[in-house]
Amino acid sequence: MRFAKLALAGLSATALAAFGISALAQQPTAPAAAEQPASPADAQPAPTDTPSTAIPAPAAEVAPAQPTVAPPAADASGGHGGEAAAGGEAHSAGGHELLEPAGGWPHDGYFGTFDQNQLQRGFKVYSESCSVCHGMKLLSFRNLGEQGGPFYDPRYPNPNDNPVVKQIAATFTNQIPTIDPDSGDMVMMPAKTSDRILGPFANDIAARAGNGGALPPDLSVITKARHGGAAYVYSLLNGYVTPPEGLTVAPGQHYNAYFPGDTSASWAGDPRHKPPGGFLAMAWPLEFAEVTFDDGTASTQEQMAHDVAVFLAWAGDPKAVARKQMGAAVIPYLLILALLVFLSYKRLWRNVEH
Amino acid sequence: MSGPSIYEPKTGFEKWLDTRLPIIRFGADLMDFPTPKNLNYWWTFGGILAVCLVVQIVTGIVLAMHYVATTQGAFASVERIMRDVDFGWLIRNIHANGASMFFLAVYIHMFRGLYYGSYKAPREVIWILGVVIYLLMMATAFMGYVLPWGQMSFHGSAVITNLIGAIPLVGDTVKTYLMGGPAIGDPTLNRFFSLHYLLPFVIAGIVVLHIWALHVPGNNNPTGVSVKDVKKDTLPFHPYYTVKDGFAILLFLLVFAYFVFFAPNALGHADNSIEANPLVTPAHIVPEWYLLPFYAILRAITFDVGPIEAKLLGVFAMFGSILILFVVPWLDTSKVRSMRYRPMAQQFFVLFVLAAVGLGFCGANDPDKLVFKWSDGLIVNYVDTNGAAKVSPKYAEYADATAFQASLPASAGASIAIQEDGFKWLWLSQILGAYYFLYFIVILPVLGIVEKPKVRPPSIADSVRGKKHGGSPASASPVGGAAPVAAE
Repeated sequence: MRFAKLALAGLSATALAAFGISALAQQPTAPAAAEQPASPADAQPAPTDTPSTAIPAPAAEVAPAQPTVAPPAADASGGHGGEAAAGGEAHSAGGHELLEPAGGWPHDGYFGTFDQNQLQRGFKVYSESCSVCHGMKLLSFRNLGEQGGPFYDPRYPNPNDNPVVKQIAATFTNQIPTIDPDSGDMVMMPAKTSDRILGPFANDIAARAGNGGALPPDLSVITKARHGGAAYVYSLLNGYVTPPEGLTVAPGQHYNAYFPGDTSASWAGDPRHKPPGGFLAMAWPLEFAEVTFDDGTASTQEQMAHDVAVFLAWAGDPKAVARKQMGAAVIPYLLILALLVFLSYKRLWRNVEH
Repeated sequence: MSGPSIYEPKTGFEKWLDTRLPIIRFGADLMDFPTPKNLNYWWTFGGILAVCLVVQIVTGIVLAMHYVATTQGAFASVERIMRDVDFGWLIRNIHANGASMFFLAVYIHMFRGLYYGSYKAPREVIWILGVVIYLLMMATAFMGYVLPWGQMSFHGSAVITNLIGAIPLVGDTVKTYLMGGPAIGDPTLNRFFSLHYLLPFVIAGIVVLHIWALHVPGNNNPTGVSVKDVKKDTLPFHPYYTVKDGFAILLFLLVFAYFVFFAPNALGHADNSIEANPLVTPAHIVPEWYLLPFYAILRAITFDVGPIEAKLLGVFAMFGSILILFVVPWLDTSKVRSMRYRPMAQQFFVLFVLAAVGLGFCGANDPDKLVFKWSDGLIVNYVDTNGAAKVSPKYAEYADATAFQASLPASAGASIAIQEDGFKWLWLSQILGAYYFLYFIVILPVLGIVEKPKVRPPSIADSVRGKKHGGSPASASPVGGAAPVAAE
């Protein structure tokens, strides 16, 4: 009976502990929330308020031929490194280490979170550059306004009421194919918050026809579907380096030092020293991208690549922060409970030879 | 081993029920079941596995409420569970990682049985039922992996159904029934979903038989010595082992929770986040980690034996590596249960564990890639004047290879390729696979005859005399080196 009482006391103690920890682990209030407009009337949603009066930034300003991030040396030394780990995948693509932005990835790690401003910037890069070819059909516009999302506003617990999200959906470039209720014809209508974030193409055949036979992948879970996740996206977007001498790039193809592929067939030289990476149909999407960030962050190619990689990491796993927060409560709970059960076990067995 | 029932109905209702449906007596007897007092933590995995099964069934039932078993909707519905269903991400992560945890626990449970001789008389039926459960687990896990309809799901199921098709006589028919048509599609997904829902309940049924069979002879124990005196050698299961198992279960849940909350995709494969596309085959098709050793054995057979082709032989070897477990109780000729008293068997057992783990690594790697390489050179592939394909000698320097290439006429179509020499994963999997079978077919039968076991304690009570909880393994052999106990 003493044992039962001890266990009971332990349970209540751990319940208290878990309550305290989960309270500590509450998500901090979204930093950008206070800046959000109060009503739809004066809504100036972030991604759509490109100043119309200001002169657009000249395209030439953002057209350096080389990314600012140092590309990997064209060397085969890393190209043959086999992945020895069973099941686990090395943090690499094409055999060499992926790039990492200064400061690493804040959403990684046990307590990693997303910066809402960065998510907003990343969404702006997506909507103004990536969405020209890529959809995100597993996401609806309302997801953008959900807790943890780029446009979450605590005043609108139902993201469908969020004026910013409404405006984004209504003005998004890719419209939704709908049957016109009057004529029965297929028409394109502006999206609603409940609609999916679609790409511009009606189907895969149209997408291939418009892209030289290549299919632009859906970006909803791209960070889960590629080894390295956000680091892969970031590296790819910074990996459009000038092809090394001796590498022939076929017309309609582009060399990327981080694209998982094989350059040996196009490489004139020692095959042991073939350049890393591969060829893909997508040209450097950020080369001429003109995205003006609303928070004043300079939109360098490196910054755009960083922001959109973080946004895609959020989109691929929007519950990651909530998941880790729950883990931060569950693990200590289990630890305390295990300790108490261990003490009960020791006490119960204290007079048993075993 | 179970003694007479000590349950006494107290209330009038209990007395009334006890003469009609003695279910309370049944539960009370289970809780009072005399359990050897010297069980170590390796014995807690039975309870852990019961928790795993319940977790998988409960989360699975909830997932089935949201899942759409069509090739068009499956992938999106799984993502919808992760995004839009309340705590769907939690339930799905528990279910997906729970499969890995289940296998982790079952492998430890099986290795424990092999080490302590828990399959030997009178426990053969417990062991055989366990192997049946394990087989059903593998079938269930395989079909469950197909349901999210990612690239690995699709192409993995293509590999396995083709294997079944390779079985002589019945293979084609079974394959057609399994796929529900000539190719993998909606009918396949529907029957896999149906069977994935059914099999866990079959497993639960066999688990009941497994526990029933356990409660006839009672638990084995680390000494392998049978219970001689229920009073001196055993403790009631509750509360002694409920609290010990409870502690172990909590430790196990800590590992489980780490994966669920902080590394939910670590045990999966990135390609399974790409929706299935029959037209695009992933570069490397690999099963989930817990099936990798058998995948390695399948791919290790690259040679024909007599009239049997390599592919079919590989299928036989893979199924054989599991089916051989059924006859382990009769392959092991040793009279001594626990390897604690079998110095030679101990060493071969450690090698067996290493081989099994090593086979897992082999399964994860391309068989033609190298574990380690000792040289890489260049060769020139070309066609000689007679139209026969030729390979040049190996060159270390690129200049030498190009010089040779330049010496050939243009019609030779010479091309330079890398020739790497080293130790292939294929060879490692062949060596380890051979040891896997040798262990069961040769080592276990022979050891029982040639090995001289150490002296065993006369009883469980003797083996723990003078030991307190968690003490170092005290010398268990009785003073004077008494003769080994005849009857275990």
